[in-house]
Amino acid sequence: MTVSILLFLPIVAAVITALLKNGIAKHAALFFSVAQLVIALIFLSKFVPDASTQFVIDAPWISSYGIYFSAGIDGISMVLVLLTSVLVPLIILTTYQHQYKSEGAFYGLILFMQAGMLVVFTALDGFLFYVGWEAALIPIYFICALWGGENRIRITIKFFIYTFAGSLFMLVGIIYLYLQSPDKTFDIHNFYKMTLDVKHQNWIFWAFFLAFAIKMPLFPFHTWQPDTYTEAPSGGTMMLSGIMLKMGIYGAIRWMIPNAPLGFFHFQTLALILGVIGVVYASIIAFKQKDGKRLIAYSSIGHVGLIAAGIFAWNIAGVQGAVIQMLNHGINVVGMFFIWDIISRRLNTREISQLGGIAKVAPRFAIGFLIILLGTVGLPLTNGFIGEFLLLKGVFDFSVQHYVNLVLASVAGLTIIFGAVYMLRLYKNVMQGETNALTATFTDVSGTEKFTLCLICVLVIVLGVYPQPILHISEAAVTQLVNQVSSKFTM
Amino acid sequence: MNTIIIISVLPIVLLYLGLYKAQKALLPVTVIGLLAALGFAICQWTSKDTAQPLYTGMLLFNNFSVVFSSVTIISTILILLLSKGYFERISRHTAEYYAIILFSLAGIIVMVSFNNLVMLFIGIEIMSVSLYILAGIKKSDFASNEAALKYFLMGAFSTGFLLFGMALLYGSSGSFNMDAIREYVINHPHIDPMFYTGIALLIVGLCFKVGAAPFHFWTPDVYEGAPTLITAFMSTVVKTAGFAAFLRLFSACFQPLSDFWTPILLVITIITLFIGNITALYQQSFKRMLAFSSISHAGYLLFAIVSLGAASGNSVFVYATAYSIASIIAFGGLILVQQQSGSDNFESFNGLGKKNPFLALVLTVAMLSLAGIPLTAGFIGKFFMFSGAVSRYHIGLVIIAVINAIISIFYYFRVIIAMYFRDGERAELTVPVYYKVVFAVSALATILIGVYPDLIARFI
Repeated sequence: MTVSILLFLPIVAAVITALLKNGIAKHAALFFSVAQLVIALIFLSKFVPDASTQFVIDAPWISSYGIYFSAGIDGISMVLVLLTSVLVPLIILTTYQHQYKSEGAFYGLILFMQAGMLVVFTALDGFLFYVGWEAALIPIYFICALWGGENRIRITIKFFIYTFAGSLFMLVGIIYLYLQSPDKTFDIHNFYKMTLDVKHQNWIFWAFFLAFAIKMPLFPFHTWQPDTYTEAPSGGTMMLSGIMLKMGIYGAIRWMIPNAPLGFFHFQTLALILGVIGVVYASIIAFKQKDGKRLIAYSSIGHVGLIAAGIFAWNIAGVQGAVIQMLNHGINVVGMFFIWDIISRRLNTREISQLGGIAKVAPRFAIGFLIILLGTVGLPLTNGFIGEFLLLKGVFDFSVQHYVNLVLASVAGLTIIFGAVYMLRLYKNVMQGETNALTATFTDVSGTEKFTLCLICVLVIVLGVYPQPILHISEAAVTQLVNQVSSKFTM
Repeated sequence: MNTIIIISVLPIVLLYLGLYKAQKALLPVTVIGLLAALGFAICQWTSKDTAQPLYTGMLLFNNFSVVFSSVTIISTILILLLSKGYFERISRHTAEYYAIILFSLAGIIVMVSFNNLVMLFIGIEIMSVSLYILAGIKKSDFASNEAALKYFLMGAFSTGFLLFGMALLYGSSGSFNMDAIREYVINHPHIDPMFYTGIALLIVGLCFKVGAAPFHFWTPDVYEGAPTLITAFMSTVVKTAGFAAFLRLFSACFQPLSDFWTPILLVITIITLFIGNITALYQQSFKRMLAFSSISHAGYLLFAIVSLGAASGNSVFVYATAYSIASIIAFGGLILVQQQSGSDNFESFNGLGKKNPFLALVLTVAMLSLAGIPLTAGFIGKFFMFSGAVSRYHIGLVIIAVINAIISIFYYFRVIIAMYFRDGERAELTVPVYYKVVFAVSALATILIGVYPDLIARFI
């Protein structure tokens, strides 16, 4: 059994779905994505949580350039494969209330994007990684531009050009690594074995960093993000924030730091500081937002800033925290956007100031919102807690180890407080207080909405109470990767 | 060898068919003839590349010639299929078109298989003279006449450079034969300055022919004035042939002297990229945009010559193939839209996605391929070019190319944006069957090459 089933099924599904008519396409997409989830769970059950790469496929692809179709799953990939496979059906469920024009194309593009992202999360060949990276970008561009809001044309082209620019530099970096590799292949394990001099590694680090920092997005490369998240249709926003930004984080863990360890150590503190700045900056802006969707978008920049800081601390706690937080942030952010989608679809407004008192008319909705919100804030016993705890521990350990004063770690810690402040304020303004004429018309969730909301809440609580299985999946792989890189530094 | 003979005899047959008013037979006869020529060309392919020179060393039909003949012949067939009904509308002398295009193709086959500078010159001239006529074939159209005159004057001018360069090479090495010139370059540690001058003049002449800046001034006007199908022919087949000849000459003869000509070509490449892309950005007409984008693609193709190596032939082949098929779709789409709306502005594509989903889809594939987005052939071409350049440590050049690739997104995506995201009042276009076939084949080929480039990337 190789990972190829997982990679090709969504492509086939995308083609079939794209050809279906409105009304059927939605159900077909859900069916295929659930099938995909089942396959992913089968992989999970057969997965041995050690540091090895499993279910490997390795087939010649472009012979003259030593390019192989080579992919496999190790502990880190497994978590992300799970993330993708869990979130795509959830996202499709959340869009059930929408009536998109040419539905087949919409869901086809989502499934195609899923294929691209799975390629990114499992690729062991630099060229394949790049192809998957871009293959995920094209569909989301069309999703945002075809089904998005009013300013979509200008904003989506900005988004596309930003991310495409970053990834082209990454391509140059990958080609450079390939040309330096002893047997002229794009194999990641060959890349890992090389020791280039510091000067070249610095360049490679920046080539990768640009691509990943834009994708995450990291301060100051984030300017495309709030606009794109706001203009994209809710399904697209969820794909972007729930899964796609993890491509950047995953890329940093798998491709950037291990391939240019000396370059990374050279700029480690700078990168970490950028992450922490992102946390504070985004939180402050989120606090001032009038539009709920934008607020969630900025909160996402803040959370990603912390994940990035955890990675750049590069110790086991930090990276483990990043891996589990990728999964949990995905679930929470999809939940938050779903909540906001429900509100804005019913009341036709995104202005926080026009809302209030929804909890009185919609108690079930209020409970769901609260659980997801607490998960996002990172309250203990919800899924957000363990990740943030480990990430902060990682940053703290780094500060201690490198004698940077503890301001960095303390500032990063503010994320929890800031997050709680703007999120709880959002909840207060939207759900509590007096019900006004507009919000009185709010009908409580039922049917698929209720079902989806329940699913997300269950995930939030289960992963919060018992995160050990997830941590266990990635532990061995993370330990090995961290030690491998650290050993190059001490050499 | 049969390829050249067939392609030379075919136009004469066609002229006779025209004389006897057998208009209906023109296209089938041409296509069948070209397919036969293609078949003969492919039969010449040998796995170890063991072809011997022919006609006392005048021609060498090796694997390089086979693949470039094939891609030019296939592109010509695709373009001619698009011409169904096109030439009849603009002229009464349909047979002339077919005949002259094929004469030009005969010149191209010579250009990709020459083994002697004289043959290179003859090939280029056979091709160019035919093109001068083709550019001006709309006899009563002012723009077409202007295009022909401009093209002729500029072309004749550049031919002068070419010929002068060859003469200087002959003067210092004593032969027109490429093997003899190579011997001369290898065996003489101190090369005559006259020889260097010859190389410089050849570069000027060839850059004129392929439309590289700063020798590109004729391109936009000629491309715009000529009938659209002829423009398609010039910017795909002719450009491919020009680069094949360029590469063949430089890799066979001048490789040891790369220290001399690399800096020159490096500058030309950078100027070409920027001029092509930045000017294309400001165009309102789709046709002119394609003209400038063809200049920028000339810049990317020059990468293979700047970083000359064993893989250069393959890179040019893949890039030129990808570029040609994508351009054919673009020009075909333009012809249809132009017929309907009477304008070739970007606005005339508005709302095409709703009315003609198929046409919009293939045009999107073509634009993505021209922009070099992965999973299309255009990306593979760019990837090969970038790899070649990085392998020669032209990192700065690659960074510049990356910046240009980003600029090009703006104007290629304008078409996609117009088709899908802007609403326009338009009726449904009728896409003729021939067009559908060409579009489907080209789009499919673009994606297949993009997904599995080994389909074509292992023949040189």
